[in-house]
Amino acid sequence: MTRIRIATTSLAGCFGCHMSLLDMDERLVSILEKAEFDRSPFTDIKHCGSCDIGLVEGGICNEENVHVLREFRKNCKILIAVGACAINGGVPALRNSFQLRACLEEVYLHGEGVENPQIPNDAELPLLLDKVYPIHEVVQVDFYLPGCPPSADQFFRMFNDLISGNEFSLPRKLLHFD
Amino acid sequence: MRRPGRAMMKTDNRQDQAVRNTITIDGREIPFQPGQTIIDAALEAGIYIPHLCHRSGLSPHGSCRLCMVDIVDRTETLGDSDRRREGKIQEETRSRSVAACTMPATAGQWIRNNTPELNEARKVITQMLFTEGNHICPSCEHSGNCTLQAVAYYLGMLDGHFPPFFPRRELDASHPTVMLDRDRCILCELCVRASREADGKNVFAIAGRGTRARLIVNSASGMLVDSDIEMHDLAVHVCPVGAILIKEQGYRVPIGQRTFDLHQVEEIDLRKTILPEMGQK
Repeated sequence: MTRIRIATTSLAGCFGCHMSLLDMDERLVSILEKAEFDRSPFTDIKHCGSCDIGLVEGGICNEENVHVLREFRKNCKILIAVGACAINGGVPALRNSFQLRACLEEVYLHGEGVENPQIPNDAELPLLLDKVYPIHEVVQVDFYLPGCPPSADQFFRMFNDLISGNEFSLPRKLLHFD
Repeated sequence: MRRPGRAMMKTDNRQDQAVRNTITIDGREIPFQPGQTIIDAALEAGIYIPHLCHRSGLSPHGSCRLCMVDIVDRTETLGDSDRRREGKIQEETRSRSVAACTMPATAGQWIRNNTPELNEARKVITQMLFTEGNHICPSCEHSGNCTLQAVAYYLGMLDGHFPPFFPRRELDASHPTVMLDRDRCILCELCVRASREADGKNVFAIAGRGTRARLIVNSASGMLVDSDIEMHDLAVHVCPVGAILIKEQGYRVPIGQRTFDLHQVEEIDLRKTILPEMGQK
């Protein structure tokens, strides 16, 4: 039996959703009997291949996030926004109350203890977007797994539903935004 | 026996007596007092109708639209039930949607409340409220105690669906004990009404039009510190979201023991109505 392929990534995320996924603990073993990971912080695969499920943690805060997200959308049959950041921008979206330039100047020019103040401008660095956006502003999203982070029980439920071909649903007691 | 024609509607006297001062919600017949709204009668009878801007004891507002229910026109001739069974009459075409918080209960009303269609519409309205403001629950002190959030759970809302507005709104932390985070305000005007009707102070108002409508403070400077507000005012405690906060009290309740960790929104809202406490006249 071919195992289903899962890709995961963290965009403007904190890796907390990935940690919560790992919080499934030994239940991961039962998942990995039926699934394997493609591009993911857990693997060394550099680009997303053809996958059944793509999990995206984090909102969109810079141009590289946009490229990665589009790669995921192109290659994943089912794309899932995982966590508050991917769903509505999350805590990083608090920066949307300020001008981007003001944020950069505060940190790199006027910040406490800054030496040789300058805003990084190497072409290697992805440019920040004017705002932090939820991922559904950039690509079509198939499912949402709310929470900051979603609990391991939520992840387990979602994987089981998707692997067994059931409709994905969250019971009310597992639903939370915080 | 078969009585044909529209003239023979079910309005004979005996039946009138039977339905006097009762309404039927989702098939359950409940009493009401003359002058009572549908939502107050329902809550008093232990039937939950989702709502955010309603609070028994304060004047109705009709802004959140979550309490929309369908009043079914049951005026029918005998024999219609047969035709309905045969699919010749569609009940959907003969109902109208009303806000249960502003519509007076009237004898014999046949009301649908907890239906998939109404709850779906309510979910979309809740998504609109989330995307209009900056509802970043993970960093909000009211998370777990927030009625908007609890209603979203009740309706099974997983995401905001709409492109977020990311509004820039002014925060007022000028007062020593009470603060105002307008990012989370849903314009329910509960604080406006509570301040006027219960506290007798008139601290708050809504200014601006359309999407620019916002909560303002009725003081010369427009700041909370120059208003009469005090931390024990009903206006401070009636806020269903995290817009009006008491300072230095954040994050005191452990996760798992917050209001909506322990209770569902319907339990809390029914209790608020049944037990006379703050907000009751």
